[in-house]
Amino acid sequence: MTSVTLRPGGRPLSGAVYGCLLNVQDELDRLGDAINEAPYNGAPTGPVMYVKTPNTQVADGTPVVLSADVDQVRVGATLGVVIKDTLTRASADQARAAIAGYTLVNDLTVPHDSLFRHPLKQKCRDGFCPIGPCLVDAADLPDPDGLTVRALINGECRQQWSLAELVRPVATLLADISDFTSLYPGDLILVGMSPDAPLAGAGDTVAVEIDGIGRLQNTLVAEGESAR
Amino acid sequence: MKQARIAFEGRVQQAWEDHGKVRLADGRRLDEREVTWLPPVTPGAIFALGLNYADHAAEIAFKAPEEPMVFLKGANTLVGHRAFTPRPTDATNMHYECELAIVVGKPARNVAKADAYHYIAGYTVANDYAVRNYLEGFYRPNFRIKSRDNCTPIGPWLVDAADIPDPMNLRLTTRVNGETTQEGSTKDMLFDVPFLIEYFSAFMTLQPGDVILTGTPKGTVNVMPGDEVVTEIEGIGALHNTIIERKA
Repeated sequence: MTSVTLRPGGRPLSGAVYGCLLNVQDELDRLGDAINEAPYNGAPTGPVMYVKTPNTQVADGTPVVLSADVDQVRVGATLGVVIKDTLTRASADQARAAIAGYTLVNDLTVPHDSLFRHPLKQKCRDGFCPIGPCLVDAADLPDPDGLTVRALINGECRQQWSLAELVRPVATLLADISDFTSLYPGDLILVGMSPDAPLAGAGDTVAVEIDGIGRLQNTLVAEGESAR
Repeated sequence: MKQARIAFEGRVQQAWEDHGKVRLADGRRLDEREVTWLPPVTPGAIFALGLNYADHAAEIAFKAPEEPMVFLKGANTLVGHRAFTPRPTDATNMHYECELAIVVGKPARNVAKADAYHYIAGYTVANDYAVRNYLEGFYRPNFRIKSRDNCTPIGPWLVDAADIPDPMNLRLTTRVNGETTQEGSTKDMLFDVPFLIEYFSAFMTLQPGDVILTGTPKGTVNVMPGDEVVTEIEGIGALHNTIIERKA
C-alpha cells in the first residue's frame, strides 16, 4: 500500500476542489416529483457541481470553527478523488487512468433545503472541507465503487453508505465533468454526499472513514473558544 | 499602474502598460500583438454575480434579487486577452457578459463596507460568457452554462486599486465586430463593490488573489464563431476575444 500525507493547498492537492450534487441515488429518489417542479423544472442532464473554495480546505486534526450563526453542520462523509493527468472530454477509461489516488473528505455543510442556488453560505465557510490524512495510490484501490463510507460523531458511527449507490461511478463522473470543465493535476473531486449525513455541533468530534483509506478526524469548536 | 502576465521568449513574465506598449522588466517595449496574454492573476476562488444590474435582470426575465446571487467557477474557465472561446455546436444562445472584476489584495474577514476598499488589490475586465440554453435548475447557474473551459476571458491588465478612485462610476461597453451592443455603468450595480466585500467576508475569509466578477448590465446578445468580442471598461482596459467553433 502506497500513501502520502496530504497538506491541503500543497502538492499533490494544488488545484480546485469540486463537489457533486445528486450523485447519490437516494438523494435523487428523495426529491421525488419535486425534481420536475419549480424551481428545478427537470432532472439535471449532467453532473451538478459546486466549489469548495481554498479557505475551506484544512488538514486532518485541524479544529473547525463554527461561527455564531451556525448551530449545526452536516457531516458530509465522502470519497475524494485526486487527479494526476489533465482530463478534457475524456472517456471513462481515460478518466480511470488519470486518477492519482483517493483520500477522505468531510464536506461540512450548513443544512439547507433549497438546491436552486449555489450553497456558498452553506459550504464555503472557513475550514468546512477537511481533507486527508493520506492519499492512497489508485493502484492500491482498484475498485473504489465498492467502498463503504462512514460518518462518525464522537466515535460513534452515525451513517454508513456505499459508493455502489453513486449515480455516476467514479470514472464515469470524471469523464462527464470533463465534457465542460477540464480537470487538472492536483484537482480533487468529491464523489457525492448521502442525504442522511448526520448533524453535529460545537464540541463534537467528527470523522470520516473508509476501509483501506483511513480516518479523517476534526473537532468542531464554537467561535471564540479554543479547541479542547 | 497596469500590469499583465504574458508569455514571451519561452517564459511567463510580468509586464506593464507603457504608453500603449507592453514593457518588460528589462525595459523592452513590445507591441501587444507580439506577446501571448495570460490571465493577469492566478486566482484562488472565482466568484461571480448574477443579476447584479437591474436592467439585465429584467432582460433575462428575473426579478432583482434581495441578496447577491453568487456562483463560483473553476480556473479552467479563464483565458487571457486576445484568446479564443469555443461555442458548442448545439448552442442556441451563447452571449458575452462584460464585467468589472475585483482582485482581493489581503485576507478579508468581517470587513465593514466603509473599510472594503483597503482589501482590494486592483481591477480587471472579465467576459463571463454563458451558453444560455444549458441552464438547469440545480445549483443554478450550473457549471455547464457558466464554468466551461476557456469561457471566461479576463484581462488584459490588472490595474492598481489606487488608480481607480471611483470604481462605482465606470462605463462598460461591449462591441461585436466593431458594433456597440452593450453599454452600461458600474454605478447601476444592485450590490456595489464595498457591499460585496462586506457580504462575502461576513461568512468566509476572502483570500489574496480571489476574484469577484461583479455582474453585467443589459445588452447581452448571441455571438457566433468568427465574431470578435471586445469588452471594455473605462480606465481599466479593452479585452479582446474571438469566438470559435467547438469541434466535436
